[in-house]
Amino acid sequence: MLASNLPWLLLHSRNRQSPFPGLGHSGSGSTLLGYIGIDTIIEQMRKKTMKAGFDFNIMIVGHSGLGKSTLVNTLFKSQVSRWSSGWGGEHKIPKTVEIKAVSHVIEEGGVKMKLTVIDTPGFGDQINNENCWDPISKYINEQYEKFLKEEVNIARKKRIPDTRVHCCLYFISPTGHSLRQLDIEFMKHLSRVVNIIPVIAKSDTMTPDEKNEFKHRVRKELETHGIEYYPQNEFDDDMEDKNENDKIREAMPFAVVGSDKEFQVNGKRVLGRKTAWGVVEVENPNHCEFALLRDFLIRSHLQDLKEVTHNIHYETYRARRLNDNGGLHPISANNTQESNL
Amino acid sequence: HCVWKKHSEKQYVGFATLPNQVHRKSVKKGFDFTLMVAGESGMGKSTLVNSLFLTDLYKDRKLLNAEERINQTVEIIKHTVDIEEKGVKLKLTIVDTPGFGDAVNNNECWKPITDYIDQQFEQYFRDESGLNRKNIQDNRVHCCLYFIPPFGHGLRPVDVEFMKALHEKVNVVPLIAKADCLTPSEIKKLKDRVRDEIERFGIKVYQFPECDSDEDEEFKQLDKELKECCPFAVIGSNTVVEARGQRVRGRLYPWGIVEVENQSHCDFVKLRNILIRSHMHDLKDVTCDMHYENYRAQCIQDMTSKLTQDNRMESPIPMLPLPTPDVETDRLIKMKDEELARMQEMLNKMQQQIHDGKDQ
Repeated sequence: MLASNLPWLLLHSRNRQSPFPGLGHSGSGSTLLGYIGIDTIIEQMRKKTMKAGFDFNIMIVGHSGLGKSTLVNTLFKSQVSRWSSGWGGEHKIPKTVEIKAVSHVIEEGGVKMKLTVIDTPGFGDQINNENCWDPISKYINEQYEKFLKEEVNIARKKRIPDTRVHCCLYFISPTGHSLRQLDIEFMKHLSRVVNIIPVIAKSDTMTPDEKNEFKHRVRKELETHGIEYYPQNEFDDDMEDKNENDKIREAMPFAVVGSDKEFQVNGKRVLGRKTAWGVVEVENPNHCEFALLRDFLIRSHLQDLKEVTHNIHYETYRARRLNDNGGLHPISANNTQESNL
Repeated sequence: HCVWKKHSEKQYVGFATLPNQVHRKSVKKGFDFTLMVAGESGMGKSTLVNSLFLTDLYKDRKLLNAEERINQTVEIIKHTVDIEEKGVKLKLTIVDTPGFGDAVNNNECWKPITDYIDQQFEQYFRDESGLNRKNIQDNRVHCCLYFIPPFGHGLRPVDVEFMKALHEKVNVVPLIAKADCLTPSEIKKLKDRVRDEIERFGIKVYQFPECDSDEDEEFKQLDKELKECCPFAVIGSNTVVEARGQRVRGRLYPWGIVEVENQSHCDFVKLRNILIRSHMHDLKDVTCDMHYENYRAQCIQDMTSKLTQDNRMESPIPMLPLPTPDVETDRLIKMKDEELARMQEMLNKMQQQIHDGKDQ
């Protein structure tokens, strides 16, 4: 019979073990493998987050006619934009920029997501568009304020409802020349407050060469004006992130086309736009960069968008509020009213 | 307005990858867990901790004799160890409480322990209320294993008082220590007695959350068994013995070999599973969502009531005895005090506004 002092073991077992190994059927044996079971915490976390579900709030900004609603519907393969509730008539351009938020719960692979699309009709449509981003800025800050208020409450909710804007898709008009003054003003004012992802709308008006040149010019202009779009350089966590994000930054802004109609191409049904000279396939990487945008936005960086919003933009807002003499000053003229949602 | 939509197979958007995106970030960051062990000397606390986490945290320990123990007060000693398994990093902190229950007069011997727990809450509260929240260190105690001696007939007065002093501050998991000195029927009797007394004295030990309705039958059955097994009767060991042709952790007696991980010998495996493999995350959640929130709410209430009472603008937070600070810590404390004072004022005004809003 042997007896010896066990040194500190750190062995990696190859097999994936159930949360209750050694219980139930496997009998009463014991193991010296040195498997503690810490990695199961990932599974414990996953269960909890799956149960709780996710929120995602996306804002779309751009003057009317750029296909914003269609693009969002295409992204989430669902009629999630506010124009989807079967409106019949024309879009009526409002006198000032309005903020309209619509929420849907969509589910995929057991994951439930409450998606809120915040539309901004009226942006850039007036004759005089000075400061037309003010209502947008105000809305974004109001959401931060709401969250902050809940956070400092005595009896605060376990899961604070998150209405903060996680991502702002900014639609650039495919003029082929350069950014408009309004584009620059908007992004300058808001890139420090919210994650901005610029996209080139209705890019099927440009040939591949025109597209590349335009993208290149736009990127240069953004750089010249010091506009940091998402994913921002300064927030790269480590080399792995930096490499991945560098590639994305160089490919942005994505030139996209949206569509909710399907056509038959080579025996397959695809989403696209049918013209006399052919079908523009939305998900064909040779035709446009929709698939890139979708993968980036949804399949790889969705969580990161939320985290940057929470850890950086929100914290900046909060720090500023704390520094303001510790007092509450009204955000709007009448802050006793709820913002219209 | 909210509309429910379900997707068909064809329409694959891709946000089903969300849990993986969350997972990836957590694995990068790593996890932390703080476990406190409390009970008289000689209950096998250190041995059990080493058995649970396959560590050897107490290598250079020097055991005190009775004389040396006479003047010893309850200390709080922290051991930290980084463990990595399958790419997941855990920073484990064990909070030891030597001296507890060892004196002749053990009146309020739990006070240093409750003070320690409160201090960690206070530290977290300050950090959370401060300006720079980037790298907050979470030192809050997530679970307290309390070792009940197997020699008696149930809970002793000190056991009851200790658990009652702590049950609203930390997740208390009572254990029956050194269970190898009891026969199976004695263990059952003792467990029943202890469970009964826990209920009778109104001690709120850690409750395992209810099983989801969509879990399979086997899981539900196992969950039920676990719950009925409390308090866990445990045995620990730092030695390896050979039993039934295998090398196992165990204790060698002339009359047989006790195997730590043998379920018919003791509840060690069940405890380990609860603590690490199935409820570690929940223990942390309950600490954050319940114990800490209670502390915080109490703290804020005390702050605001004191402010209105004294009509002063200074920081009235009860300063718990912190270890002797150096200049740098002093400066940080002063900075945080100022932040906190600003925070209080803002809170006050907010509470006032909410009040006014209600009256309208």
